[in-house]
Amino acid sequence: MAVLESATKVQLGGVRGGPDEATLRQDRWWIQPVVTVSILTAFVIYSTWAAFQNKYYYVGANVHRDLVSPFYSPCLAANCVPGSKMGFALGWWTWSPALIILIVPLGFRLTCYYYRRSYYRAFWWSPPSCAVADAHGSYSGETRFPLLMQNAHRYFFFLGLILNVLLSYDAIRAFRQPGLGWGVTVGTVVLVVNAGLLWLYSVSCHSCRHLCGGQVRSFKEHPLRYRFWKFVTPLNAKHMNFAWASLIFVALTDVYVRLVASGALTDYKIF
Amino acid sequence: MTDSPFEHHEYDVLIIGAGGAGLRAAIEAKRRGLKVALVTKSLLGKAHTVMAEGGIAAAMGNVQSEDNWMVHFRDTMRGGKYLNNYRMAELHAKESPDRVLELEQWGALFDRTKDGKILQRDFGGHRYARLAHVGDRTGLELIRTLQQKVVSMNVDVFMECKVLKLVHDQEGRIAGCVGYWRASGEFVTFQAKSVILATGGIGKSWKFTSNSWESTGDGHAMALWAGAKLIDMECVQFHPTGMVWPLSVRGLLVTEGVRGDGGVLRNSLGERFMFNYVAPMFRDETADSEEEADKWYDDHDAGRRPPELLPRDEVARAINTEVKAGRGTPHGGVYLDIATRRTPEFIRRRLPSMYHQFMELAGVDITREAMEIGPTCHYMMGGVQVDADSEATIVPGLFAAGEVAGGMHGANRLGGNSLSDLIVFGRRAGLGAADYVEAGHAATTFNQGEVDDAVHEALAPFDRASGENPYDIQRDLQDMMQTNVGIIRNASELDAAIHKLDEFTERVKNVSVKGGRAYNPGWNLATDLPSMISVSKCVTLGATMRKESRGGHTREDFPNPDPELAKVNFAQNSTGGNWDSPVEVVESPLLAVPAELKALLEETK
Amino acid sequence: MADVTMRVWRGDASGGDFESFTLALNEGEVVLDLIHRIQATEAPDLACRWNCKAGKCGSCSAEINGKPRLMCMTRMDTLPEGAVTVTPMKAFPVIRDLVTDVTFNYVQAAKVPAFLPPPMPEGGYRMFQEDVERGQEFRKCIECFMCQDVCHVIRDHEENKTHYAGPRFFIRYAELEMHPLDQNDRRDLIREEMGLGYCNITKCCTEVCPEHIKITDNAIIPLKERIVDAHYDPVAWLGRKIRRKTKTSAAAAAVQPAP
Repeated sequence: MAVLESATKVQLGGVRGGPDEATLRQDRWWIQPVVTVSILTAFVIYSTWAAFQNKYYYVGANVHRDLVSPFYSPCLAANCVPGSKMGFALGWWTWSPALIILIVPLGFRLTCYYYRRSYYRAFWWSPPSCAVADAHGSYSGETRFPLLMQNAHRYFFFLGLILNVLLSYDAIRAFRQPGLGWGVTVGTVVLVVNAGLLWLYSVSCHSCRHLCGGQVRSFKEHPLRYRFWKFVTPLNAKHMNFAWASLIFVALTDVYVRLVASGALTDYKIF
Repeated sequence: MTDSPFEHHEYDVLIIGAGGAGLRAAIEAKRRGLKVALVTKSLLGKAHTVMAEGGIAAAMGNVQSEDNWMVHFRDTMRGGKYLNNYRMAELHAKESPDRVLELEQWGALFDRTKDGKILQRDFGGHRYARLAHVGDRTGLELIRTLQQKVVSMNVDVFMECKVLKLVHDQEGRIAGCVGYWRASGEFVTFQAKSVILATGGIGKSWKFTSNSWESTGDGHAMALWAGAKLIDMECVQFHPTGMVWPLSVRGLLVTEGVRGDGGVLRNSLGERFMFNYVAPMFRDETADSEEEADKWYDDHDAGRRPPELLPRDEVARAINTEVKAGRGTPHGGVYLDIATRRTPEFIRRRLPSMYHQFMELAGVDITREAMEIGPTCHYMMGGVQVDADSEATIVPGLFAAGEVAGGMHGANRLGGNSLSDLIVFGRRAGLGAADYVEAGHAATTFNQGEVDDAVHEALAPFDRASGENPYDIQRDLQDMMQTNVGIIRNASELDAAIHKLDEFTERVKNVSVKGGRAYNPGWNLATDLPSMISVSKCVTLGATMRKESRGGHTREDFPNPDPELAKVNFAQNSTGGNWDSPVEVVESPLLAVPAELKALLEETK
Repeated sequence: MADVTMRVWRGDASGGDFESFTLALNEGEVVLDLIHRIQATEAPDLACRWNCKAGKCGSCSAEINGKPRLMCMTRMDTLPEGAVTVTPMKAFPVIRDLVTDVTFNYVQAAKVPAFLPPPMPEGGYRMFQEDVERGQEFRKCIECFMCQDVCHVIRDHEENKTHYAGPRFFIRYAELEMHPLDQNDRRDLIREEMGLGYCNITKCCTEVCPEHIKITDNAIIPLKERIVDAHYDPVAWLGRKIRRKTKTSAAAAAVQPAP
């Protein structure tokens, strides 16, 4: 092989070695995509159903609670259940209020670097697993619309931060027991944990790591940003764990609020 | 220019070998605006330089400001047991700091001191912390930096091309070389006004070696055949710490950095035995108790250096003695222990590749257990005799730099001095070759007859239907050299080796290969065997001649150094120019050290 | 110890097939030991590329049981029972047996605009550990090219090789972009000619890296974010306009001679 001054063009079309098979892997590489598809599909089905149900998302003063489902918070529609409203309302909106706000977490997670890895593998089979052939004849990656929009991740990250603030406010409100004072119930714990996991998921985000300090060329010249970056970096390494934990827990939170709101369950008072 | 039947290229400067020295030479020659090519037996960036772990020795004084080139010069000469070419040691000590700083201009990223300078670490035989390093993968950093620089300068690189023989012009000047492409097996000729050999070492002739398959001594052998002289061929360095278990990785290097960072050697009784092996020459500056040695790691002024950091020849001999006395480990080594001395975090940060090497290959966690180690064939101090300033050999147009050149390290090389050797003398070889080309006395003709002979010889194994498998010959040669010309030598074993090498010569003439010429490792090995036999002979002859123990050369029957032999190198030259031609050994007096440098040596002798 | 069967793909551009070899297995052996033993006995012309046999040079890349691995670092006792399949890297043209033509990578290397530092001050540059550490991770790369091999962008789509540099070179670009002294701006080049957008961060490069370099998290994603800074972020764009921060563009810098 020679690398000469003139030879700077890639030659295409060489004959490849090995048998012409999609993969020679003998391990159970398909388990991961199957698990991903199962969980994400289950989540999408449940959340769609929950978002369109448009009831049982708020537990109010009638049972001395102030719990709102994260799927419906902030509740911005005029048709929101009394007590669940957040300041102002979009009077013209007549569908489920969940549909307004779910755009934010949906966009954040769809453009998330970790979820992209997961769904490109599990749903799009591009590739299904490492060293397993891509299921598509041609491939342009994220160079064209609509996948070019993945570059908007940082904007969803900012919106997600606002949402986190509001959900944290919900978690604080969950300590209120109208008519009884302040205290802690199972619902309080659920909302607090939910808000905590969402914060961890947001803060561990790759865009966040970049904006905190990753983008600078010299850490020495930006000591404060270096400290942010150092704080965020180990969290970023666990981004996958936070992504799954927060996804599953946000659904469980909605399930819990829904069960309590529908009367199927009583929110146990711890103190 | 020539009516070659083969693929033919013409260059001003042709460099054989793309390790540190070859790459550095290419940069320098290319800077002069010459037409430069690199030829390498492997892919670019895979050369043996990547195996260097510890660091590059350069007296920058970033950690200990007392350091300067004079101390480095003295350390190098002492380490080499004064057999060095003093001028090379002087140039090396003076120029290596600039060569290291230059690497940073080309993108290298060394570990840093608190104030942002290049961090330097302690190593055996170096009085001060002197090794610029990147964790324990300094060689990789060096080769990658030089490789990227060479590529950005558009130097032509011919990869996986094995050079068989140098070619002369009618007047005996070097005119190029002939080789073949490993991928296709087709021959190729390079006509060049000057040739720089930068082919590295010869370690593959031993059974337990830290060297890769490439280290078959091609450059040593080709220079010998082409008319150059080889010196100090008896001086082979056995690195004290190679892995011994599992057998599959026996000989694999364990960096000296382990000892520099606090690792100690213990025998099976748990004793730090190195305290019993401090030679008089080093007694003044070596600690005589464990307490004193341990203080030194934290504060170099609080105690003298631990004996584990004596030069490599001393440590390797000590380990060998311990094992022979029955105080070795189950697999025939001794223990290198850093686990009980440093925290797991420290070990993983400072020695990441060692951690992985033991974890993945031996299943040993070096943060919890001691390593089993023993000496392994590591480095060739001897090599082509060159002029210190220009790296020119006595053959006009032929230059040599790096491990293939002799003289710089004398009888024993200090750790860290090899990487600095590569960049100091690689650059000088590039300058020397460029000066030679520009002076206009270079070869203009190309002896096609030499090409035809080399091609004929290379193809001969295909015609022998019932010859011997090259792998069998290689294995037997390695066994023989390990047994007879290993770390401790004596007259009877050396005589037996000379006799056996004659037998090997006959066996190589009867080697046969199967298959075609395209990427055929059996054939490739068959074409490496003549070099291996040639250099093995030179090592054995040199070892026979040097009737004393000095540095890397230890004679059981002459256990002490002989002051008379400190004044000469043994130089060898081929009497016929073929690989099986007899070799002649003559005494070649050492260069006289000028008074001002002599004073440096005597100061603390 | 028990015998083991090695199924080694043998052939060249004109075709090939598996050949099985059954041989004894010794304690602690790696795949490369067995390949060597096959060479030394049954098949001296079995082609494989190797150098250091210590995981430091990155020459002996192949696919073991369908996965890119270094033959010298794959211990036989870590593989499941049964025959062991060894094939050449799939993304590159085969030369012979286990040896592939990796010229693609050297062509990509030649395209990288060189490191461009400011003139060196007396006594050398000052850089700090926290600033060199990011680059040092990428400089651990031993160029085994297994990340290139496993990357489906070129493994499964040969045509992308003309406009996609691959993970090995993304870590090289990331190293240069994060170098505290470098004065080149290669972001346009990375987006337009090196095809960073083709990467869909499925992370196989990171999974196969024998040096455990976090290629995706620490190099590719930060590069993608830097390109968002340069091209897709109106706020950052406005910020630059206001601060009038000018940097040498890669095209201009590429013609500047490095020292």
